[in-house]
Amino acid sequence: MIPAAFEYYRPKDMASVLSILEEHGDDARVMAGGHSLIPMMKLRMADVPHLIDLQDVGGMSAIDIAGDSIRIGALVTQADIIDNAELASVAPILKEAALQIADPQVRYMGTVGGNVANGDPGNDMPGLMQCLNAVFTVVGAEGERDIPARDFYEAAYMTAREDEEVLTHVTIPLPKGGYAYEKQKRKIGDYATAAAAVQIVKNSGACASVSIAMTNLSDTPIYSDAAGAALVGTSVDAAALDAAVAAMLGDIDPSEDNRGPVAFKNHVAGVILRHAIERAWSRA
Amino acid sequence: MSNKQHYKITVNGKQEEFLAEPRELLIYTLRERLNITGPHIGCETSHCGACTVTIDGKSVKACTMFVAQADGKDVTTIEGIGGPDDLHPLQNAFKEHHGLQCGYCTPGMITRATKLLEENPNPTEEEIRFGMAGNICRCTGYQNIVKSIQAAATEMNAAKEAAE
Repeated sequence: MIPAAFEYYRPKDMASVLSILEEHGDDARVMAGGHSLIPMMKLRMADVPHLIDLQDVGGMSAIDIAGDSIRIGALVTQADIIDNAELASVAPILKEAALQIADPQVRYMGTVGGNVANGDPGNDMPGLMQCLNAVFTVVGAEGERDIPARDFYEAAYMTAREDEEVLTHVTIPLPKGGYAYEKQKRKIGDYATAAAAVQIVKNSGACASVSIAMTNLSDTPIYSDAAGAALVGTSVDAAALDAAVAAMLGDIDPSEDNRGPVAFKNHVAGVILRHAIERAWSRA
Repeated sequence: MSNKQHYKITVNGKQEEFLAEPRELLIYTLRERLNITGPHIGCETSHCGACTVTIDGKSVKACTMFVAQADGKDVTTIEGIGGPDDLHPLQNAFKEHHGLQCGYCTPGMITRATKLLEENPNPTEEEIRFGMAGNICRCTGYQNIVKSIQAAATEMNAAKEAAE
């Protein structure tokens, strides 16, 4: 469990980070908490000749709630999300999801930026950010650019971020209505067999709008427009739930692994989404 | 290729200085370089928690941190929590309530539990189980670990009240 040797950098500002990335191209990678990257390096599944530790780079550790949006720096940890009372009151789905990620030790180190930027389909934050219609800001030599979470994921570990860019923060419009993050996992520390993020708005007993995203059921997170469309205008009754689940199943593409065969994953995805919608609706 | 660097880490209140490759995992630095063998290597894959230490106020699995990341930090291991002559209330409670059998997971358990009780001095059984979920024990079935932590919490709270 000893990774290949690497050069280690702990720069104090983003300009230095970008110049190291520029110099070494895809031989260099940035690391926040390291709880995705270090295990991969120990297994020698990731080879990182130049490792850039972001821990001393300022300006990426704050949670700012202002106006109608929330800005979360890339180095904010899952523990920070859980402990922030103001955040829990304006966007409780973030805390509900963070509490279901890994275990306490991992949550002290694991960051929002690492979770969303890594592109691992098993990570929970990407689907959640798609549900919340978050925007990711990356910075590179040419300056900053914004990428919607719903356009960010291309395939497993492949994202719209270029190798020489760094994700600095995510911006989330203040969520409205009821919420739920529902996750089925085999044991603490495992990735989801299936997980669903739901944010739903009720108006005079009917669903006015809803946003649904699924985790670990394809090689990217899946934002299911069709599942949401099946609920809008209904009273979220049994028929609407069935239609939403059927629509979601048309959008996901799970593959067989040690969490079960495809038929089982489709089954669990349906159960989890149904629970998530019902819980979100009860809170709407 | 060897690229040894100079590192300074405070461990259990003592400043340690040494040369090491940045890729060295902190658990090896502690155990093999500094002879601090309380933190154990169970799985070495971030799952079992036997290597748990406290770094700048966070419970961290020392198998999932490079020594380079820990440079300049303050690390506490089970050795810094209490010893044979001055057992920490948690250590005493684990002894009294059979919170251990083989003992292999115990240093990580107690190190994690100190932080848990610091953050939540009156945890329910459910909160203890949730807060200790990153530490695996293959002997006890956890029941006596929960009991030990509850007993230590009671004792620590009583001591705090008596002091006030």
